[in-house]
Amino acid sequence: MGLFGSLSEKLNHIFSKMKSRGKLSELEIKQAMREIRVALLEADVNFGVVKDFIAKVSEKAVGETILNSLTPGQQVIKIVNDELIALMGSTNAKLGVSSKLPTVIMMVGLQGAGKTTMCGKLSQLLKKQGKRPLLAACDVYRPAAINQLKVVGRSVGTEVFERGDKDPVKTAKLAVEEAKSRGCDTLIIDTAGRLQINEELMRELENIKSEVAPTEILLTVDAMTGQEAANVAATFNERLDISGVILTKLDGDTRGGAALSIKAVTGKPVKFCGTGEKMSDIEPFYPDRMASRILGMGDVLTLIEKAQSAVTEEEMQKLEKKLRESAFTLDDFLTQFEQLGKMGNLSEVMSMIPGLPNNMRISEKDVDEARIERFKAIIKSMTMYEREHPEIIKASRRKRIAAGSGTSIQDVNQLLKQFEQTKEMMRMMKNGKMGKMGKGGRRFPF
Amino acid sequence: MGFFGKIKEKLKKTKEAIAYKLNKLFTGGVLTDDFYDELEMALISSDIGTETVENLMDNLRDVIDEKHIRNTAEVKDELKKLMVDILDENPVPEYEYPLVLLVAGVNGVGKTTAIGKLAKKFKKAGKSVTIVAADTFRAAAADQLSVWADRAGVRIVKHAEGADPGAVVYDAIMSAKSKNTDVLLIDTAGRLHNKKNLMDELKKINRIIEREYPDCMYLNYIVLDATTGQNAISQVDVFNEAIDIDGIILTKLDGTAKGGVVLAIAGQLGVPVVYVGVGEGIDDLEDFDSREFIDAIIE
Repeated sequence: MGLFGSLSEKLNHIFSKMKSRGKLSELEIKQAMREIRVALLEADVNFGVVKDFIAKVSEKAVGETILNSLTPGQQVIKIVNDELIALMGSTNAKLGVSSKLPTVIMMVGLQGAGKTTMCGKLSQLLKKQGKRPLLAACDVYRPAAINQLKVVGRSVGTEVFERGDKDPVKTAKLAVEEAKSRGCDTLIIDTAGRLQINEELMRELENIKSEVAPTEILLTVDAMTGQEAANVAATFNERLDISGVILTKLDGDTRGGAALSIKAVTGKPVKFCGTGEKMSDIEPFYPDRMASRILGMGDVLTLIEKAQSAVTEEEMQKLEKKLRESAFTLDDFLTQFEQLGKMGNLSEVMSMIPGLPNNMRISEKDVDEARIERFKAIIKSMTMYEREHPEIIKASRRKRIAAGSGTSIQDVNQLLKQFEQTKEMMRMMKNGKMGKMGKGGRRFPF
Repeated sequence: MGFFGKIKEKLKKTKEAIAYKLNKLFTGGVLTDDFYDELEMALISSDIGTETVENLMDNLRDVIDEKHIRNTAEVKDELKKLMVDILDENPVPEYEYPLVLLVAGVNGVGKTTAIGKLAKKFKKAGKSVTIVAADTFRAAAADQLSVWADRAGVRIVKHAEGADPGAVVYDAIMSAKSKNTDVLLIDTAGRLHNKKNLMDELKKINRIIEREYPDCMYLNYIVLDATTGQNAISQVDVFNEAIDIDGIILTKLDGTAKGGVVLAIAGQLGVPVVYVGVGEGIDDLEDFDSREFIDAIIE
């Protein structure tokens, strides 16, 4: 659906007309914000939240000086990104601990959000931290919910306290006693999924809360939730004064705008994310990752920063000059490989490039770092003259270079071919033909 | 507080605000830019999605120009008509028996519940029904399904947890043939749609049904949660690629979520909504009515 990268492409288009650098003008920001608005709405951020967010960011962006190192498009994204991160808060995966044992954690949310599974994940996490959790089954409505909790409990080695379909409020209360007598320090209560407008069931939660005085009331929300997320979170928070949020099903391809909506309406932190089907698939919430996900782009800014710190201005100018003079040599190729190395793990770098859809992203094994190491060794086995005049490298030189670098002749051929391709690509870039390259003219988005 | 407080305040009133604004918009008055903006917001807040909303608004403007509409009340009718048209474009399948309905979807959307309700519906219509527990992945999924089978008073075919779903389906087909069962309802594992294994599993079940039961009418339904946002499009898209999706069961419409994303799905992928789940009772599954559905979005 071309969601990924589309925002940066659109912004690029808007800003491409603007040649002069300097400050962001009101008109440009207005145009850019229209695209940001669409991006946020497509990510399912609540429209009210979007409206306020855009107003706030626009105000901030007008007159902002464009950093030397960034294009206007990047500058706008940086402001939006920073603001998103600031709004979603800090990494805060700490669970509160009660001075009076057991610490009670109450899980609440709509049907199908993933509460029962999350109960299992939390108890495994707690066990890893040396705690002794107990699970309490207070979902008496969904058929086999208690059974499911028992299966989940068994898989993480945690006992489940249940009383069949008897009054859940009383079950919760008795579970606290049970936890005490068993010497468990944490009690996790699984409640039934319910609609926030179901008065009777919402009152039941209030009753459980007042009976067991939980330290944590965690609202579990499906990351795929749409506009409704804001209403759901607002109501649960009003009724129960929740202590935090858990986002589930983040292993899907959702943009997860619900995270922003919920934080904006409740002010409560997202504490954990469910990121897979295994009981160990629980992670702390990272606002920065969430921000790029919501915007539907890779971690552009980190990429820019990394690129800048790895390549010095001087080196850049030297390379530019060489390109102008079409004097790009194998020695420069070597320098490039070394710079890549400085930017860190290659697959990590790739993952930060926006415009690559998830399934196109290059996985660890696709980026052959060993091959790059081989290439470096090959170039280092050449004489300076060979590096500057690769056309003289014929059969016998190839043989020598392969032997010297501990590689094969095929490897040497491959490197030389790649060098020629790179040179060609650079020539085209210089002539401004980059847009025609690749399928559908996908270009680097800035 | 500032920012949060403001939004909280706003959202509290969102619902009334939209209703109020729309009412104001539609009870006369001039067609201003504000009018269109507010209209757009109302559509977006029901999860219809920006692309579809934009198209709708463009078409609406054309209609207004063409018919020289000046009155906002008429605009309301025209907009509803446009929306209903999108939904009605793809007809709902007409059943023939023996019928096999495979029900797929991501986790937590209410597949098992929908199957229980479907079973009751067919039973009521005088059909013999067997539920097939092909979700052998989720803890206690078959247990939950058994409870529904009991409630609906129908047979269930199930194997142990972790069994091969293909084998369960095969057994069910053999039994359906010998017992002349009218309807087979197949519950499948709910896993996120970007998991390749799940898609392969569905394809396998698909092959088994086509191979072993060529004379039945075989349909694939996807269950969507009405609270899901734009990701629902991707869900239908991916399932559709693995197994042709013939229809949507839209669940959890009893909340305040409007499920407007099905408009985008109907427009972009051509998949019709067949049923809507409107409550937790076993009879709370209704045939989809596009008119009613749109009326709920534009009150």
